[in-house]
Formats: sequence, structure tokens, C-alpha cells
Amino acid sequence: MAEDNSLTTNEYERQPVPKHALLRFKSFVGMYAGEHCAGTELMIGPLFVVHGVSAVDVVFGLLLGNALAVLSWMVLTAPIAIRTRLTLYYQLEKICGRSLVTLYNLANGVMFCFLAGSMITVSATALGVWFEFPMPRLTDVYPNSVGWVMAVVVVGAAISLVAAYGYGMVARVANIAAPWMVLVFFAFGLVGLQRFIAASDQEVNSLASLWELAQTQIWTGGDPLGNNVKFTFWHVTFFAWFCNMAMHVGMSDLSVFRFAKHSWYGIATAAGMYVGHFMAWLSASVLYALQLHGDPTNTDVLPGPLAYKACGIAGLICVIIAGWTTANPTIYRAGLAFQAVVPSKSRFAVTLFTGAIATLAGVFPAIAMKLLGFVALYGLILMPMGAVVFADFWLLKRFGLKSYYAEHSGLSFNWAAGLTWLVTLAICLGLVFSGIEINGFQPFQIWFVALPGWFIATALYISLSRLYQSRVA
Amino acid sequence: MKVLLQIVSGAALAATLLPAVFYLTGSMGLPQVKTLMLGAAIVWFIATPLWMGRGCDGQPGE
Repeated sequence: MAEDNSLTTNEYERQPVPKHALLRFKSFVGMYAGEHCAGTELMIGPLFVVHGVSAVDVVFGLLLGNALAVLSWMVLTAPIAIRTRLTLYYQLEKICGRSLVTLYNLANGVMFCFLAGSMITVSATALGVWFEFPMPRLTDVYPNSVGWVMAVVVVGAAISLVAAYGYGMVARVANIAAPWMVLVFFAFGLVGLQRFIAASDQEVNSLASLWELAQTQIWTGGDPLGNNVKFTFWHVTFFAWFCNMAMHVGMSDLSVFRFAKHSWYGIATAAGMYVGHFMAWLSASVLYALQLHGDPTNTDVLPGPLAYKACGIAGLICVIIAGWTTANPTIYRAGLAFQAVVPSKSRFAVTLFTGAIATLAGVFPAIAMKLLGFVALYGLILMPMGAVVFADFWLLKRFGLKSYYAEHSGLSFNWAAGLTWLVTLAICLGLVFSGIEINGFQPFQIWFVALPGWFIATALYISLSRLYQSRVA
Repeated sequence: MKVLLQIVSGAALAATLLPAVFYLTGSMGLPQVKTLMLGAAIVWFIATPLWMGRGCDGQPGE
């Protein structure tokens, strides 16, 4: 998951980024490599095992899905970003009008709160190793001990206070910790692998025997745990592609790539995808598969204990820092989004309020334990506005329609964009809940539905704009 | 001084990963891996802030 964007400075919020402020390619590589090694990777990797993935599905699904994600940044986001050099919010304001952007901010802020909540959950599992209170199980919806609630509240309060007092210090800690965290994630995988080799009495002396171990012992492709959906190659591919959907298809990273000299800089996202969303996910899932191998009844997905068993106190420090440094900017961003809704309130108060909501969300383990579904929903909710930006920039003029219609006509709520957002979401969620099955496969599960949803949103926005612009004009 | 600190940080990074590599090859035990990784973490977080990103305060956007 992507969190901290140190490149998305608050400069040039309402003007194109000038030439002298453009950044070099390596700035983007460093930023993406660091920000995608987040606390949530330690939840996502194990959850693949929970969903019963096989080695072929998870390895090749991640390779393909991450490549598609990189292409989405390169083909959809970066080309618009380097032409307009505006933030997503300012561009949306020109297209949608201030009132609709406020609504978008609200949705964005709420999703950020839940995301930050899951990061607080991850950090709190590290405290559980030290203080030995009962921690939530895979199927728990509600907190199961006072100790757990206290741990989440302490972690959440600390993170919220730091976010409220200012972001500079934690951004610096995040930058310093990033290279070290990447290597600790890699060490998780190496240690987990060796323990697997020892536990399974299998000799590994070549790539072929390593692959044999992966297929027969680590990612065996059996039934999913509990009542979770069985993940196939396509589930993994689409999850890897869309888990950062808000950033690429949803266009949130316009704010990042407006600083890029060329649109091919979008390939820098590969550093984040293949470090965080390949190596880190596989490493974390090896640790969880090892836990299940040792005790099939222990299905708890708890990053703290997993990391501690593999790498000791260094592993625990990694879990705490990974959760903290990523939850912090997420709360900060959610605070900014909410502040746009209530501009009369101070950023300090709004950020504390936001942190309280995130902490409350973190108390309930269901969000973290169902993170794969939540992340897909998060992307889906913000996706239609990305399609609106895409259609507005590339397609409207070809249909004889006006881009930046709200700015052009002085509207505060562009109904064509607003209806596109709501109707697309209604159709997509309707398809998800319809449970339609074709040859025993459900093509409209939450992980897949955003793909047809993007085409629906694009077509809807053009059609509604034609109708709306002819009436309003 | 900066170069020296960077060498120390580089050594700390090496000491973070190499014990796990040695453990994988069977030439080091897990307790030693954990101890070395903790030591490397302490060195990294003491040495690196002295040279990395000084005077920089990143601000997140949206």
C-alpha cells in the first residue's frame, strides 16, 4: 500500500509546477521504493495464504498484476500529470466544482481513516508480544481483550498527536527507516524460508527444488481458511493491479507526477511494486505459511508475533515503525481532506479528531483481517473520479464538449461528474452483490468489478456531459 | 565525516541482511541472527540521521 508521498509538497497547490521545480527520475524511484514497504504489507502477504493461493497463482499473479499497476501509472496518470502539472484536487475543482470536490474529500478522508486504522492495528500487534495480552483472531470482528483496546488507543493517540503537531519529523524518520525496513522485510523471507526447509525436511539445493518447496509446502493452493473466498491467479493479479487504484487509475498521484520531467518516469513505480508488493508480500506470507505449517490451528494473522519469531526485536521495531510511519501521513492526509470540508476548524483539531476515528477503527480487528476486500473497496470508491479526469482531459474535446466545465461555467457542483461517480458506484456494487456466476466463476467480485466500472464511468461521464452541457449552457 | 557516517550506515545495512543470508546457508544460528540484526538497527538509527535528509522536512500532499 502507498502512504507517504514526500514529493507531494504543499507547494504549487493552485498553479502548475514551474520548470525549475521539476525533479529527477531517481527522486521518484526512491520515493516509491520506500513508501510501498508499509505496515499493511505484513497483513496482505499472510492474507493471500488465508485465501488459499497456490505458488503459481501468487508468484505469477503478482508479477503480472504489478506490471499492470506500473503501466497504469505510466499510461493513465503520468501523461496527464506532466501536461497539466496540477494536483488532483485542483484539477477536480476545475472539472467538478468546489461542492463536489468537498464530497470527494469527505469520502477520501473516511477511507484514509479506515486505512490508518488498519496500520494502527498492525503496530499494536507488536505491543502484544511485549505485554502478552490476548490479541484478535482471524475471524474476530470486535476487540477481544482490554489489553488490545488499550494498546490500540496508546498507539493511535501517539500517532495522532505526532500527526497533529506536524509532519516534518515523522517524514524524516520514514525516509531514514525506509532502506533498513526494505532489508528487514527481505530478511523475514530468508529466515522464513530456511525455517521452512528445516521444518519440512526437504532438501533445497537448486531453483527447481526451491520451487518444489514453494508449491508443496508454502503456497499449497488448498482451501481458504474460514469462509474466505478462494483466490486464483486472477484474484492475485487484479488485487496487485488495483490495490493502489486510488493512486493510478484514481489519479491521486497526479500530485506526484506533476513534478516529473517526462511521463515515462511512471516506470519508477516499479521500484515500489516489486520491492513492496512482491518481495515484501511474499516474505510476509512465508512467515504466515510457516506458522500454519507448525500449527494448522493457529490461523491468527498477527504481524508482531510473526516478525518477532523471525527476526527478534529488530523485527518488532520494523513492525512498529512500518505501521507508525505509514499511519501518520495517512491520518495527516485524512485531516487535510476533512479540513477542506470544515475549513473553519484548525488543522490541529481536525487531525486529532481524524486520529480518534482511525484509532476507533483500529480497535476493531475486522478491518485489518478483511484488508484485501477493504483495499479493493477503497480503490473502487475513488476510481470513478479518476475516469472523470481521464475523460475530461483526453476525450471531451473530441466530442465537441468543454473540459474543466465547472470552472468554465462557474458551477460549484458539476452534476455530470457527480452522477457519474454515484451511478458507477451503484452499478459496481450492484454487480458485486448480484453474485452473478458464469461457468462457476463470479466475474463481478469486489476485486474485479473496478475494471468494467472504469469503462462504465468513462462512458457515463461523456454521455452525461453531452446532456448536461447542452442544458446548462 | 559524512563519508565516514555513510560507511557506518552501509555496514549497518549489510549487517541487517547478511545474517539472514548466512542463516539461509546454514552457517549461522537464529539467535545470532536476531542479535546482529538488533545491533545493526541500533547503529543504523544512530548513524543515518546524522547525514541523511538533514534540513529536509517533507510535507505530504493530499
